[in-house]
Amino acid sequence: MANFSKSNVPQFSVEVYQNAFLPEGGREVNAIVTVTSTGGGTTGGIPLAGSGPAYGTGPGAAVVLMVDCSGSMDYPPTKMRNARDATAAAIDTLREGTLFAVVAGTHVAREVYPGGGRLAVADAHTKALAKDALRGLSAGGGTAIGTWLRLADRLLGPADAGIRHGVLLTDGRNEHEAPEDLRAALESCAGRFTCDARGVGTDWEVKEVTGIASALLGTADIVADPSGLADDFTRMMENVMGKEVADVALRLWTPVGVEIRFVKQVAPSVADLTGRRTEAGPRAGDYPTGSWGDESRDYHVCVRVPQAGIGQEMLAARVSLILPDPSGAGAPQTLSQGLVRAVWTDDMAASTSINPQVAHYTGQAELAQVIQQGLEARKSGDFDGATAKLGRAVQLASASGNQDTARLLSKVVDVVDAATGTVRLKAKVAEADEMTLETRSTKTVRVKK
Amino acid sequence: MSQSHQQPALPTCPGCEEPLDAGDRFCGACGHDLSAVPTGPGDRPTMAVAVPPAGQAAEAGPGDAGTPDAGAPRAGAVEGGAVRWPAAAETDSSDVPAPVHSPADVPGTDSDGRPLTGPGAESGGGAGAAPGGPAHEEAGAVRVRHDHRAAPGGGTATGAAADAGGAARTTGDRAAAVAGAAPDGAAEPGGDPDSGDFPLAAPDPRTAEHAPAAPAAGEKVCVACRSGRVDPDGYCENCGHAQPRERDHMEQELDTVAAVSDRGLRHHRNEDSFAVSSTALPDGSPAVVAIVCDGVSSASRPDEASAAAATAANEALLAALPRGTHPQQAMHEAIVAASEAVNALAQEPAGAMGHDAHRHQNAPACTLVGAVVAGGLLIVGWVGDSRVYWVPEDRTRPTARLTEDDSWAAQMVAAGLMNEAEAYADDRAHAITGWLGADAYELEPHTAAFKPDRPGLVVVCTDGLWNYAESGEEMAAAVPADAQERPLHAAQVLVGHALDGGGHDNVTVALLPFAVGPDGAGSARESV
Repeated sequence: MANFSKSNVPQFSVEVYQNAFLPEGGREVNAIVTVTSTGGGTTGGIPLAGSGPAYGTGPGAAVVLMVDCSGSMDYPPTKMRNARDATAAAIDTLREGTLFAVVAGTHVAREVYPGGGRLAVADAHTKALAKDALRGLSAGGGTAIGTWLRLADRLLGPADAGIRHGVLLTDGRNEHEAPEDLRAALESCAGRFTCDARGVGTDWEVKEVTGIASALLGTADIVADPSGLADDFTRMMENVMGKEVADVALRLWTPVGVEIRFVKQVAPSVADLTGRRTEAGPRAGDYPTGSWGDESRDYHVCVRVPQAGIGQEMLAARVSLILPDPSGAGAPQTLSQGLVRAVWTDDMAASTSINPQVAHYTGQAELAQVIQQGLEARKSGDFDGATAKLGRAVQLASASGNQDTARLLSKVVDVVDAATGTVRLKAKVAEADEMTLETRSTKTVRVKK
Repeated sequence: MSQSHQQPALPTCPGCEEPLDAGDRFCGACGHDLSAVPTGPGDRPTMAVAVPPAGQAAEAGPGDAGTPDAGAPRAGAVEGGAVRWPAAAETDSSDVPAPVHSPADVPGTDSDGRPLTGPGAESGGGAGAAPGGPAHEEAGAVRVRHDHRAAPGGGTATGAAADAGGAARTTGDRAAAVAGAAPDGAAEPGGDPDSGDFPLAAPDPRTAEHAPAAPAAGEKVCVACRSGRVDPDGYCENCGHAQPRERDHMEQELDTVAAVSDRGLRHHRNEDSFAVSSTALPDGSPAVVAIVCDGVSSASRPDEASAAAATAANEALLAALPRGTHPQQAMHEAIVAASEAVNALAQEPAGAMGHDAHRHQNAPACTLVGAVVAGGLLIVGWVGDSRVYWVPEDRTRPTARLTEDDSWAAQMVAAGLMNEAEAYADDRAHAITGWLGADAYELEPHTAAFKPDRPGLVVVCTDGLWNYAESGEEMAAAVPADAQERPLHAAQVLVGHALDGGGHDNVTVALLPFAVGPDGAGSARESV
């Protein structure tokens, strides 16, 4: 991961793709904002000079691993063993100096290592102790994920770390607490740490796991076969170790009279951020994006501007990446910014053309939506509705070159003609395939160049 | 509108209420001609009624005074207009953002007292014009130029009022009231222009409450909402409105040449450019240069192309003419130099904004038309569809268009495939067949030399003007009779003519008065 040829200071760049030209009377402005961060994961654990504690490298990172130890983890018994192995692999991946803890989750949360409400500092010795402690894990009890998250928050809260991250593994439904309890736990944890969530096997609820990941700005995935857990955990942990900057927010400033229709992350996956706005001064609001390593993400911003005459031009929105002052007292740092404009023209060729990026991601967002609607319809027995929605999904996935999603779809439907979206529902669908499709429905591909 | 955001002491545009700086000649928000509005200390607005026009007034006044048509447009400047001023102030300007057309509304400026034929002329006095300002018409518009911009405030509001009062003796009090109170009076009808006049509606003051109530002195304030500061990108921090750019309206005047360029009413930026200059031939006789370029909108960065071409051609001529190069040869070389300058732009990366992405990054391109008056010769050169017209001072003599467009329509007509009416009615009429730019097929600079035998005016313009005055006769009709003496004013009038016509394109015109020496010989065309 490390690339020593690059600058030590993370660089954010913002590019705006849009057709700024509106016809007379046009009011809706769409733009795709591509944010690219480079420079993450390059310091090999050495704190960046003068960068302050917000840059979480080495000692700046803290991770809590939450392992489901409910009774169901013993069916089959390999599941518990695989979970232990995967957690051990994740511990191995921890960079020296990273703060970490392991939590066993049942209907209550229990500290497995190091215990005493503390975090351990990763080195060869502590890693070995942690792996020893894992051997003591056994399955038994219920599932109350909210309690796990609250314990993780208590452990991570006092940690002097820029990157605060959780990894949550579950194999079952959140049966031993009310949904409101989980929601409340997520609300209290949101913005305090990020969390990846994994469902192992097929007895868990997709919406619960994806909900946790989206609330805590992490990734969600299915590990249908427990033997794949170790690889997945290693990858996930490498990704966390590559994070360089935490708590980055997308700030959207809009002029008076401009209303925001939506703000969505559209790559690498679709996540609607519209409702997650926190006000940040006059006409500006921050949308959380979590922590960043070497990566690039795309956002779709849609605003409605006041009507204006031909030849007028206005700034429809100013998009910037904001890093809050670590002490919370100073002014936030603007990492980079881009402008979304609106220009009214009577040149029809200019105003009617749709920006390729906007068109592409509009399609990708629809793809995620029709997959979810199609699977929902299928579950509720509306097979005509499911066929129509999943047919549309096949059409969109094939047209946009989203191979992964197309392959997942082909396990749920028989494709007659991808171009027209003609499909038949498969009579028999493996539960794992359906859950995989649902979990990964929000994955998008970028515009073909 | 929120009066609380407005410092009452500041003068405001009568068209849209936007605050003005002392040196402004046009309203930055709506393009309204402010030249005549008493903008307070530092300006010398209504001076013009008495000063340069004083000669005219003296000329026209006696003749007019007794004539029955005292209320007719031309008399407006002296008496009739003054009488009507209050009425004009109450008249809402129009549906379009009050453009820079007011000079055209000013019939009284004719030195010989003839009414102008411009659209504004018929409306009578200032009645058809935007509130207040235009009635003063020629005031500063005529005489306020770049070099006079910071003229120390000899003529203050007091002076202005005095002038107005003096000019319109019988109704001095009312004129003075208008002249002196324009800023206040303008605030009153402001509610109307804000909603009706200004398309990008000024924001509801209730929603603008967060805006800095009074931006610090010296800070730029948004021309649209007047409550937001202007950010470094040139947009308002409150309403997001794009601020006028330097190129939106440009004027320049030298002793023997003047040029005006305007964004027009339908384009979001000015892609035209011009350069005017004067130098001397080796024998010491003067040489005057005017270059006008029109960026090709379907290419990327047309604004940069036109600016580069105008600058390069002008510099080439300024280098060649003093060396004794024949002006026609110099013009040819200047076009080649301009072409190279535009070609060089194709290698540069596009601006970071990337907002021209939909234009597929065509190589920057523009047209060019130039005129040189030197040694009794008139040299013209062009590529594309920008034009030169000849308008003799004696309007009874024939006018002429001196250029042949590189356009689809012109080629059709030249090939005898269509008549002019048919060709210009076609959708493809304006497709140009020659331009400067890296993707031009082959550069074919056209040049021609003329030896006019009588004084006249050389009109160098883009299609933003000639679309509204296509034939030589139409162009001559649009040119004020005193254009020879007041080329800048005449250029303003011509731009106003195009804006009145709809201002669908950027408008640029340069005017070179051509004088003939005592030995003025017959005209000879040494065409290439």
